[in-house]
Formats: sequence, C-alpha cells, structure tokens
Amino acid sequence: MSPAAVLSGLLAVEVPYWASSVIKLGVVALLVPTAALVLGYVFLLKMMSFMQSRLGPMEAGPYGTLQLLADGLKFIQKEDIFPEKADRTVFALAPLVVLISTFLIYVVIPTGPDAVVAQLDVGIFYALAVSSLSVVGILMAGWASANKYALMGGLRAAGQLIAYELPLVLAVMGVVIQAGTLDLQKIVAAQAQGEIFGWDGIGNPFILTQFAGFFIFLVAVQAELTQPPFDMPVAESEIVGGYQVEYTGFRFLFFFMGEFGTAFAFAALAAVLFLGGWALPWGDLEHWAFNIAGPAIMLVKVLAVAALIFWFRFTYPRLREDQLQRMAWKFLIPLSLANIVVTGIFKVAL
Amino acid sequence: MTAVGADQRQQMAYVATQAADARLNVEIETEGMTLNIGPQHPATHGTLRLVARLDGEQVVEAEPIMGYMHRGYEKLAEVRTYPQVTTLINRIDWLGSFANEVPFILAAEKLMEVEAPPRAQWIRTALFELSRIANITLFLGDMAVQLGALTPVFMAFRDREFVLNQIEAATGGRFHPNFDRIGGLKDDLPKGWIDDTKQAMEKIRDFCDEFEELVLGNEIFQARSRGIGIIPPDVGLSFGLSGANIRASGVDWDLRRDGHEALVYDQLDWKVWTHPDGDSFARYWVRLQETREATHMVDQLLDGIPSGPIMAKVPRIIKVPAGEAYAATENPLGEMGYYIVSKGDLVPFRVKIRSASFSNISITPWLLKGVYVPDIITILASLYFILGDIDR
Repeated sequence: MSPAAVLSGLLAVEVPYWASSVIKLGVVALLVPTAALVLGYVFLLKMMSFMQSRLGPMEAGPYGTLQLLADGLKFIQKEDIFPEKADRTVFALAPLVVLISTFLIYVVIPTGPDAVVAQLDVGIFYALAVSSLSVVGILMAGWASANKYALMGGLRAAGQLIAYELPLVLAVMGVVIQAGTLDLQKIVAAQAQGEIFGWDGIGNPFILTQFAGFFIFLVAVQAELTQPPFDMPVAESEIVGGYQVEYTGFRFLFFFMGEFGTAFAFAALAAVLFLGGWALPWGDLEHWAFNIAGPAIMLVKVLAVAALIFWFRFTYPRLREDQLQRMAWKFLIPLSLANIVVTGIFKVAL
Repeated sequence: MTAVGADQRQQMAYVATQAADARLNVEIETEGMTLNIGPQHPATHGTLRLVARLDGEQVVEAEPIMGYMHRGYEKLAEVRTYPQVTTLINRIDWLGSFANEVPFILAAEKLMEVEAPPRAQWIRTALFELSRIANITLFLGDMAVQLGALTPVFMAFRDREFVLNQIEAATGGRFHPNFDRIGGLKDDLPKGWIDDTKQAMEKIRDFCDEFEELVLGNEIFQARSRGIGIIPPDVGLSFGLSGANIRASGVDWDLRRDGHEALVYDQLDWKVWTHPDGDSFARYWVRLQETREATHMVDQLLDGIPSGPIMAKVPRIIKVPAGEAYAATENPLGEMGYYIVSKGDLVPFRVKIRSASFSNISITPWLLKGVYVPDIITILASLYFILGDIDR
C-alpha cells in the first residue's frame, strides 16, 4: 500500500464522539502554548533583535530556540505572590479568564476540510465575541491588584478594547457581505473558488477587494492585542506594565501566553478572512490531503500576517489614550462603514 | 413680618430641593488620586520622585522630589586635592563625563593664572564635543523609548559606541576619563586617533540622518510631542533653564559662543541652533541638530590641532592661591559652572557646583499642570535630566 493510501485509510477511520472530543481538546490545549512559543521566539526574540542590531538569545538550545521554554520553567519556579490588599479570588482568576478567551478562539479556526474543532455557522461572529471576553479578565486584574498603576492600566484597556471592538467587527462585515456567510469554512471556500473578472488562477483572496477592511482589521487587532502603537494599557515607561504590574510567576506566564496566543489567533483569522485560509485555489477542496497540507499553508500565511503585526510593534511609538479614541471613532469606524456601503453596492450591482 | 404666600412657599421649596441636590452632588464628587511616580520608575531614569495629584488621568499638580541620589560632592571636594576632585565630578553627568571636568579645571586655572597650551585646548575642546555627542545620542534614543518606540534606543547605543571607543582610545576611560589636568591634559593623542575619530563622526552623521526620518518624521512621535510642554522664553529664563531646553524656546544663547572661557570655539565655523516652538518636539529637534553640528565641529577641531606641548608649567604639588573664581561652560545638559573658593591650600575651601539638570527640572511643577499622565513622561524625557546632575 502506498503511504498516501495508508494516510487516507487512517483519516477515514470512524472515531467515537468522546474520542474525537478528547483529541480536539488536546489539540487546542497544545496549540495555544505552541503558538505563543513560536511567535514569541520568531518575532519577540529574533526578529526584534535583528531589527535592533543584536542577536537575541543564542545559548539555550540551537540558536536560542529553547529560550522561551527555559523562561517558562523559570516562571513556574517563582513564588506566587499576592499583594497584601488584593482581592485574592479575583486576582487569581483574572489571568485564567484572559487565557480561556484565547483558547476559545482556536475552536473555530479551520486548518483543513475536516481539521477544525467545531464548524459553526456563525464562526467569525463567535470568534470575535469570545476574543472580547479577555477585557473582563484584564479589568479584573487591574481592579483586584489594589495598585494605582494597575487600575489605570485596567481602565485604559477597557476603554481601548471596547472602542476597537467596533472597527474590528465592521471590518469583517465587508468580508461577510462578499462571501455571504459567517461560516469560516465557507469563507475559505468562497475565496478558493472565486474568480477575478473571470480569471480563477489564484481564486479571489478577499484582500484584493477588501484591502480597506484588511487595513482596519490589522489596526484594530493591534489595539486588541495592546501592542505598540496602542500599548497604553501596559505602557512600561508610563504605568510600568499596567494591569500586569503585580503579577509574578505562572500567573504572569498566563498573561504572556494569552497575549501571544491571541496574536496567533488573530493572525490566523486575518489569514482565513483575507488571504484564503488553508486552501489553495487549485484542486478539490474536499480532498483529504488538505487536512495535512492545510495547517502548513495556514502557518505560512499566519506568520506573514504576524510579521506585519510585530513589525508595527517594534517600530512605532505609542499614541496617547485620547488620540487612540479619536482615531477609532473619527477615522476607523467611518472608514469601515464606508467600506461596508461600497461592498454592499458592488455586491448588489454585480 | 408678612405671611408667606403660597407661590413664595413653592419657590422656597424649590430652592430647598435645589440645595439638597447640590449637597448630594458635592458629596458624591470623587476625590483626586495621588500617584507616586518613582523613585523606582523606568521613566525617571534614576531616582527622581514625582508626586502627582491626578484628576482622572489629568495632573492637577506635580512636585518633583529629589535627593535620593545625593552623594555630597560639594562637601567631599573640600577634603580632596584639586587633581583628586576631577575623579569625583566625572560622576555628576555620567553620560558626558569629560565635559564635567572642563569647567572645574578652567576655574582652577583662573585662580592659578596658568593657561593650557594651544594644543591642549584644541584637544580639550574636541573631547568636550565628543562627550556632548556621547551624551545626546543616548537622549535621542531614550526619548523615543519613553514614547513607546523600542528600537531607536538600541540604535543609539550601537552608534554611541563609536564615540565611546574614541574617548576610550584617547583617555583610557570609556565613562569616566579623568583626563583633564590643571594646565593641560594628561596625555597626548594616540597614533591614528584623528582618522578613526573622523570615521566615527561620519557614522554619527548617518545616525542623525536616520533619526531625523525614523523618529522626527514619525507621525505618532509628532502627535505625542508637538504642543506638549510648551515653555515660553520668559518663563524658561525665569526658571533658570539653560542649554537646548532654552534654545528650543527661541532664546539664542549658548555659552560656547557667549561665554568667556578659554576654549577654542571662537576659531570654529559653526552655528547655534534654536527653535521657536518651545515644545517637546522642539527640544528633540534642537538636540538632534546640535549633535550633527558637534560632529562638524569635531572635524574642524581635528584638522586644526596645533603642534606643541600639552601641559603648561605647573608645580608637581598643586597649591591654588587664595581667591574665588567661577567658570561655566555649555555642557550637554546646559550651563554647568563651578564656583571655587580657595584659601591657598592643597584642597579647595568650598566648591559650589551649578549643574544644569537641577535648574532644568525646577520648571516641572509649572509645566506639568493640566497635562495627561502620558505627557508627564514626554515632558520629563524632553527636558532631559541626568539624576547625577540633579543630586550631585
């Protein structure tokens, strides 16, 4: 039997419901820390270092690859400190809330025709909804720390995340109108099977028509991730880490994993919505081989989007809170509304 | 007394409810918050403490509290011989150490009535400008990192290294040269130093060009710094500001040109940069132009170094005649001066150090009223103080 036949045989095996659930849980549970490690290593440690004329970590593992694992181990060994006046329950729960919202996004991200944990009809709606859960955790952290800097960070985060939720959703609306569905799998299929003025050589990745939406989505994602130029909630030089200031050890690690895990998830959403997701425009989308090739194709696109996100992060200075709000309400939201109107007109007219 | 009419009673009842409402509003009015910025805060680069009364994110009043790093140099100088004092005062403004030594030595030379030979003066001026570059390049990166841009500060450290290498090659010390002597310099220049320094100046000019685009040209940097922390010229002068801080307010005053010290600036072709705006952006801009100007000055100085001795005739054991003298130079941070009172002893009787940052920081309570918390950081960064220069 050829290897391909073996693989297709394996994939055709019927698994009981409980077993597939366990496998899917395990995949998500492994994927989030792995994603955080990959992004942390490739961009935070290496790309940033090269942009700043340094090498970054070189000692732990070949070319410093194991540095983040070593850091993670170090965090786990640290003492678990609660501030004296902290609200202990809320303080302990806050990082978990942030991390759980990250885990929940991964549930709907498709990486192949069958390689998806849950194919929801309202996939993109669900993803954006659970991603905004993290603001609850951040507000909890800011309040429970009993620290003025943490409180300011938490309030800034709340204002910022709510303001940027709107352009994020509105930017996605253009894609939804064009694809005619909220289902992420169908959005992928719409791009792979689409055509540009009758030419279907590369399908129709929505970045070509929704470039304004892509731009708004990236800006809003940057704000959602609280990365520069929108990192006021954690601004080191102003409020010394904001809501994270009192956290140590593995609770701080949770925030770190949440931040980079969410960055990966949003990059994956951008890849699915605008760059065609796991599919290649050639070949049968239902072919079993896409379950193997899909994740690899996704990874390439995710890293490309993440490179953009982190490039902004390492280059730009920080805006002020009022300037950020002004940008959201006076520039991004009108622009995304105009994008929706234009998309709607084209959708009806063509 | 007349009976109160029905309509009057109604009116009084209305007034009473209004008053009750007003009381309620007063009672639930929120109190301000006192935020302690520092002494352990990344933006105070050192141990400055800032007590800010906040209303939301707006500053009602802010007061700088200094002295956490007071090392008592004025007192320590009273029990050290004149050559030993330079070791101390190297550590006042630790980023441009050589520049600290020069005004002290000049004041001592005034008292002793010796003058350094021309070669020593040219080299002294060149090293003075090199330490200015070493100091301000770090500011150019540091202010960007205070505003949240991570990368420029690493570039600043990278290119500052070229200058530090040249200072080290000439003096033997990267940070604390301790090279200036009463009547001249400790050593002559090493072989090949002039060519190497010229190459380093090329790199610093490239650095300035790069930063003009990367930082000054950035819209977010402009949005964060333009119109923030405006110092009108008269207010700045009344607070005793000096250096680039006052030149950024449009005051054309530079001790290198307007002072009377025995350095060779009058033989160079250079200009004093000023900016009319007086905001944080202007202060950054002026410092960037001054760095570039300093590289041109160093080039001219290197071309013009005359031959001759580097040390005047001074006794081995230095006893400074009785008297008083003040010398001030245009240091990287602003005017730095030493007032020396001598009783004809081996040690000075009293040394008063006028350091620039101490006066520059005194404007912060006036400047920080009504700004937002992020702007505190912008303003502090743009005023550019070194804690050692404040506390001494």
